[in-house]
Amino acid sequence: MEDLNRRLLRARDAMDRAYAEPLDVRAVAAVAYLSEAHFSRSFRAVFGETPNRYLQRRRVERSMFLLRETDRSITDICLDVGFTSLGTFSRMFREIVGETPSAYRVGHGPIVAPNCVQLAAMRPLRPTD
Amino acid sequence: MITRLNVASIYVLDKDEALDFYVNKLGLEKGNDVRQGDYRWLTVRVPGEGATEVSLEQPGPPLHDEATAAQLRELITKGALGGLVFITDDARGLYETLRERGVADFTQEPTDHFYGTDMGLRDPFGNHIRILQQGKVAQPATA
Repeated sequence: MEDLNRRLLRARDAMDRAYAEPLDVRAVAAVAYLSEAHFSRSFRAVFGETPNRYLQRRRVERSMFLLRETDRSITDICLDVGFTSLGTFSRMFREIVGETPSAYRVGHGPIVAPNCVQLAAMRPLRPTD
Repeated sequence: MITRLNVASIYVLDKDEALDFYVNKLGLEKGNDVRQGDYRWLTVRVPGEGATEVSLEQPGPPLHDEATAAQLRELITKGALGGLVFITDDARGLYETLRERGVADFTQEPTDHFYGTDMGLRDPFGNHIRILQQGKVAQPATA
């Protein structure tokens, strides 16, 4: 059996790759060949946060990227990054970033750094983390 | 002054498996393969003259005690150690070639950015590899 960490990493990679799709924890757990409960527990132990939290932070990071780099509407961006409801997106964004999507857009322009650097470095922590 | 980066190291879980991946899948060539007692100095490099050697290091004795080696194996497999960035002249062509060779662990399919087209994958152990085709690509940003 392949190392548990390696399978959890593959599942995390799947979230980074497919965040725009309607992913749920059950689907991601299947990537690691684990039950949903075992997956969530193991993921948290290895990466320090729940898989659901990881996915939401990835989606919010990508929305921040699109707010900085494009002039797409906030509704379009919400759907682009995998949220299905504008209310959930706005609430999650405010909770994680500490301001609204439109306020964030006003205060931030494009960042000149490779996309992989942004993916790695810009995934937001909650202000309280 | 320093004139060139000669050797960089990455940690792998198994040198033979790493050699197979980096040479037969990724398309690098074997550099040095020298045994000194129990230690095997094994490197791969981009084919051609003067390329930096990538030393494939396996945690364990004589480099590390077993507790340290176990910590390193944990970090490798959770993707927490460094990776490698390569340059290609044809990212999408290479992507197809890698898929034909059985590489499945892509973290990102070829994607256009203002600085070029890149993709990401993992080696069998969890190390992140990025491959970039440099050049300005006229492309609106997408997530």
